[in-house]
Amino acid sequence: MSATTLDRPTHAPRGGGGEVGSGIGEPRPRAWLYVVLSFGLVLVLTPFVWMLLGSVKTDGELRRNPPTWWPQEATWDNFRELFTRLDFAQFFTNSLAVALAVTLGNLVFCSMLGYAFAKIDFVGRTWLFRIVLATLMIPGMVTLVPLFVLVSQLGMVNTYWGLILPFLAGPFGVFLMRQFMLGIPDELIDAARVDGAGELRIFWQVVMPLCKPALATLAILTFLASWNNFLWPLVVASTEDMYTLPVALALYSVGQNQTQYGLLLAGAVVVLLPILIVFLLLQRHFVQGLATTGLKS
Amino acid sequence: MATVARPVRVGTGSPAGGEAPASSPAPPRRRSRLRRRRSLVAWGFAAPFVVLFLVFMAWPVVSSLFMAVTDIKSRDLRTPFAVNFVGLDNVVTVLTDATFHKAALNTLYFVVVGVPLTMGVALAIAVALNTGITRAAAFFRVSYYMPVVTSIVAVAVVWRFLYRPDNGLINEVLGWFGIQGPDWLGSTTWAMPSLIAMAVWRSMGTLVVIFLAGLQSVPKALHEAAALDGANAWQRLTRVTLPSIRPTILFGGVITGIGFLQFFEEPFVMTQGGPLNSTLSVSYLIYNQFGFGNYGVAAAMAYVLFLAIVLLTVVQFRLLGDRDETGTGRRRSILALLRGSRPAVEDAPVAAPRGGAVGPADRRDTEVPA
Repeated sequence: MSATTLDRPTHAPRGGGGEVGSGIGEPRPRAWLYVVLSFGLVLVLTPFVWMLLGSVKTDGELRRNPPTWWPQEATWDNFRELFTRLDFAQFFTNSLAVALAVTLGNLVFCSMLGYAFAKIDFVGRTWLFRIVLATLMIPGMVTLVPLFVLVSQLGMVNTYWGLILPFLAGPFGVFLMRQFMLGIPDELIDAARVDGAGELRIFWQVVMPLCKPALATLAILTFLASWNNFLWPLVVASTEDMYTLPVALALYSVGQNQTQYGLLLAGAVVVLLPILIVFLLLQRHFVQGLATTGLKS
Repeated sequence: MATVARPVRVGTGSPAGGEAPASSPAPPRRRSRLRRRRSLVAWGFAAPFVVLFLVFMAWPVVSSLFMAVTDIKSRDLRTPFAVNFVGLDNVVTVLTDATFHKAALNTLYFVVVGVPLTMGVALAIAVALNTGITRAAAFFRVSYYMPVVTSIVAVAVVWRFLYRPDNGLINEVLGWFGIQGPDWLGSTTWAMPSLIAMAVWRSMGTLVVIFLAGLQSVPKALHEAAALDGANAWQRLTRVTLPSIRPTILFGGVITGIGFLQFFEEPFVMTQGGPLNSTLSVSYLIYNQFGFGNYGVAAAMAYVLFLAIVLLTVVQFRLLGDRDETGTGRRRSILALLRGSRPAVEDAPVAAPRGGAVGPADRRDTEVPA
């Protein structure tokens, strides 16, 4: 049964036709479901709200028992201290620079290989594809030690190169781009070839503009992963000026600042808020982009 | 980078589609020359990725195997030839180490409780969202998904406050009901469940989206037929819906399991592995060994963890995989399954349920156009 179900092209919820989706035919929204789901929603959102409110409380208020919900004496001091006494501006810049570089690298390099996989029949395509596919399964912990040895032998410990290069081109992006490019009609590319365009020009001027949704998706996912990445920067960044935000926050939270509650909460806000805002703004494009990617293949 | 400067008229076959080229078939020699040239171009496109891949992925994977059988330590970075071959000594050291046993049990605890819990909660939410809630569904979906995009480090910092014994929010709320909450993170009993609860909160969004997409692909006709046969809502759910989305559930279980087996940030920020190593995970232990400079031991441990990941994946396939329902008499391979569940995952905004590098892809495709 499941075989027949799965072999059919299914639709993303947005594009789901009337024939699928058990919820469409029987619209009987039950009140208790809303209650349960809303209760779950409160549980999910409470830590965020508490963090935001806590970040503008004083340390004294954060220590108070019973705890306060609404800040009684709201203050920006925590944030001010993050960016004056501590070097969160530097950490923020590091995180941003690394994430942007990694994102750009993935967009370009993964698209190039994705194009070759999807649109050029070349010697070695099958096995190269299989090898890249296989590495998706390998956890980061396995390569941590040898990667560190390699990076230190290359003299890139505690440098931007060391933070960026290992993530500059990941297998996931190749799949995403290949998948999307398979859906671009060959006729389009053939026509460009007949018109005398070189492969590089076809790639850059014909294929890439058509891939905007997939590129947007890949950009968001890669940026997100890089921004939140912790283990590798923790290992590679050895002095404060190279810390990324998660590394700085984690080390402060277990180091000498661990009792400065307001400071830590404000730090968490600095890490989380940009990502949450980007997510809330872009989640629609996001889902659309992914849905389009899949429908074509 | 190599480009084809001149118009290439003959080699315009559509490789992906596998159709015959529009132009008349060229003589074999000419065709092979064109294929060679196309290959050159393609490898030109592949070159930047392949170079980075060889240096920063393939080489570390290979050399980690070598490191696991040597006594390499941090001081050997300067003198790589002073390293001795020790065979399986590191593996023996790891497997007989009491701390490793503790870490392995903790990790097992985290996975065995955390993964089913995450899946159960996510499935319940997905089913609820799929039951006629149309208006608010998108809002709920986005909200439940929100924790997934967050940095584990940052949410761990926040949750550490929520778990505080004296004036933490959780114990405060429990106090309203007359319950005296424990010192969550300071207790050997409660520290691990506390980390699991946070991990469930952080990870369930991915599965909600994946399961929801799977549920929406179940044909309505199946439900109607079951309803005509007198099945009630619960029976339709357990007998029709869940079996239909079993591959999706399996996919969700695999990616969640892979992520949970590697948990590291939570104990690092919230408990530092304590109290009394009760939240020390294998990943954390690898990190510590790495920090002590015992690279060989750390590499061996990482391999043990990798094997555990492979094993868990296989076990989940045994438990949940399709049993001969394809009619071929064979189990579906991992890759076929991932392909099969692809539509269900299309809508999942993020592949990796946890932080870190762009992890297990949500779109693995085995078909390699010939």
